[in-house]
Amino acid sequence: MSPRGGDRPMVPRAQFRSYYGRPIVRPAPWREDVAAYLFAGGLAAGSALLAAGGQLTGRPAMRRAGRAGAMAGTLASTYFLINDLGRPQRFYHMLRVFKPTSPMSVGTWVLSAFGAAAGAAAVAEAAPMLPRRGTLGLARRVLPPVGSAAGYAAAGLAPALATYTAVLLADTATPSWHVAYPELPFVFAGSALASGAGVGLIAGPETPAKRMAVLGGGLELLGMHQIETGKGVLSEPYHQGRAGRLLRTGRALTLAGMAGAALGGRSRVVSALSGLSLLTASALMRFGIFEAGMHSARDPKYTVLPQRDRLENP
Amino acid sequence: MASNSLFGPIDPATDAGYEAAPPRMGFFTDTSVCIGCKACEVACKEWNLVPDDGFNLLGQSYDNTGGLSANSWRHVAFIEQPARAHTTMPAAPQSNVAAARTDVRTGTEPGIGPAVDALAAAGTAGPEFLGMPMSDLPGRSGDGERTDFRWLMMSNVCKHCTHAGCLDVCPTGSLFRTEFGTVVVQEDICNGCGYCIPACPYGVIDRRQDDGRAWKCTLCYDRLGDGLTPACAKACPTESIQFGELDVLRERADARLATLQEQGETTARLYGEDQGDGVGGDGAFFLLLDEPEVYGLPPDPEVATKYLPDMWKRAGLAALGMVASAVVAFAGRRR
Repeated sequence: MSPRGGDRPMVPRAQFRSYYGRPIVRPAPWREDVAAYLFAGGLAAGSALLAAGGQLTGRPAMRRAGRAGAMAGTLASTYFLINDLGRPQRFYHMLRVFKPTSPMSVGTWVLSAFGAAAGAAAVAEAAPMLPRRGTLGLARRVLPPVGSAAGYAAAGLAPALATYTAVLLADTATPSWHVAYPELPFVFAGSALASGAGVGLIAGPETPAKRMAVLGGGLELLGMHQIETGKGVLSEPYHQGRAGRLLRTGRALTLAGMAGAALGGRSRVVSALSGLSLLTASALMRFGIFEAGMHSARDPKYTVLPQRDRLENP
Repeated sequence: MASNSLFGPIDPATDAGYEAAPPRMGFFTDTSVCIGCKACEVACKEWNLVPDDGFNLLGQSYDNTGGLSANSWRHVAFIEQPARAHTTMPAAPQSNVAAARTDVRTGTEPGIGPAVDALAAAGTAGPEFLGMPMSDLPGRSGDGERTDFRWLMMSNVCKHCTHAGCLDVCPTGSLFRTEFGTVVVQEDICNGCGYCIPACPYGVIDRRQDDGRAWKCTLCYDRLGDGLTPACAKACPTESIQFGELDVLRERADARLATLQEQGETTARLYGEDQGDGVGGDGAFFLLLDEPEVYGLPPDPEVATKYLPDMWKRAGLAALGMVASAVVAFAGRRR
């Protein structure tokens, strides 16, 4: 699929034929649980990176916030994913096979491994609450190093967790998702970084979280700009209706969060507000992208026009 | 996994690991002889115990099924098109806006050629009592040019693609490739994740509402195993649906297309027969009399998985970018 820009030499074919205007490809049967999962998974991944950074550079508050974010994100992800299944009681069928051709299968294994690591890292934070003697005392001594290793393992898996979801959406016949496959992983990576930074900024106005916010937000906005302007007719669903509103609000909140992070100084209030703004923005972006794809599948125009274009201008 | 497993011409059963697989089986649906009886829809439901999908009047010609779905594995499409009669001399083609949108000489010959002739004769021979309870035939009275009318009918079905998007993305292994090269859902495995549904470039497979699992045509896998013809092909009274070895069907389709084109049916075309197309060719392919999108088919379908290696590369790059950003964020002396 060769997406063409807006300044095409020829007037694109405005007319297209269809069967009573019915959709050709079928929209995913997913409820908004999946959009919520995209956010929760990204949050978990970004938080795990933040936690590992905090751990490595000796920032315990940041480490704790990151591990909590990763844990919460993982639990929410698991809930949303299972809840959206047509047969939730069969969720473990996902673990029957490992299929590299199925991004969902790859993702299931990544999320499982990540979840185990993030869970162990989060549980290790409870070590100081354990008594000093006895079996629990042993756990008190063993948990911190285990938590460290688990924290690094989670951070190692985090980039995969944050980006595979972009492949999951793009590896479909849903026109506006598929056409965005080169940029979507960058948007999701940026969005995950920004939400991880959001968790960090809520914990306190520390420099790494601020940098992460600016880098992540920037990556997200840049990628989104390319998707929104460079895909010809398939960019349309990203501007229209509910998807357009979600994405515009998301962009504004990302910019606000980035500005707050960059210019907020030592203010804890500004930092926390920036963090909240980034988290909300990340969620809105995911819902907007989800909705834009669904919209592109419901209208046969987005299936027929690009394919005709491909046939007529190979 | 061979490098061309994701696109290009292959033998799907062998590619899936079958040793000494039987010949690939499929459907050739010749829409030029479809009469829209819907026997295929009924036979499919009866044999496969497919539940009803509501009893609706859709206002789409004789189509009250709407499309393929979890509960309709065969679907007969009806398209009504005004078209100029073969035998009348052409007036201005613009005289009918809708006719101008169809190509020249798109009549129904040879599918229902005689009917066209009879109508044309009626149009030129003057009024004649046909035993009908009055009111003129369409286009028979008035001074305007008499327009002919054609009815396109097509029994749609799962394409059993050489490179099946649904099968590629299924995370549970519920969808599998049979020894006949067809694609089947195992209902005891499917957990209703729904990923196959947006993955299908034809919009065929669907999740059943009250059941939560994905369903589609199995090409009557249970009948094939016993050497029987699938229910729809068995029930088709005009052999519009032909079942058999795919190689044989392809030859037959080529011959049929040549015949039709010889007879002046220039818009006839095969759909899904080309093994070089975006899905590596369909196991169920068609002879159409108009552009695919008129029948609700995608004009140039591509399996998304064709780009999967590239997608993973882009995701890998983005993941590296994420790591780099985190390193940059935490780099430098602590202030």
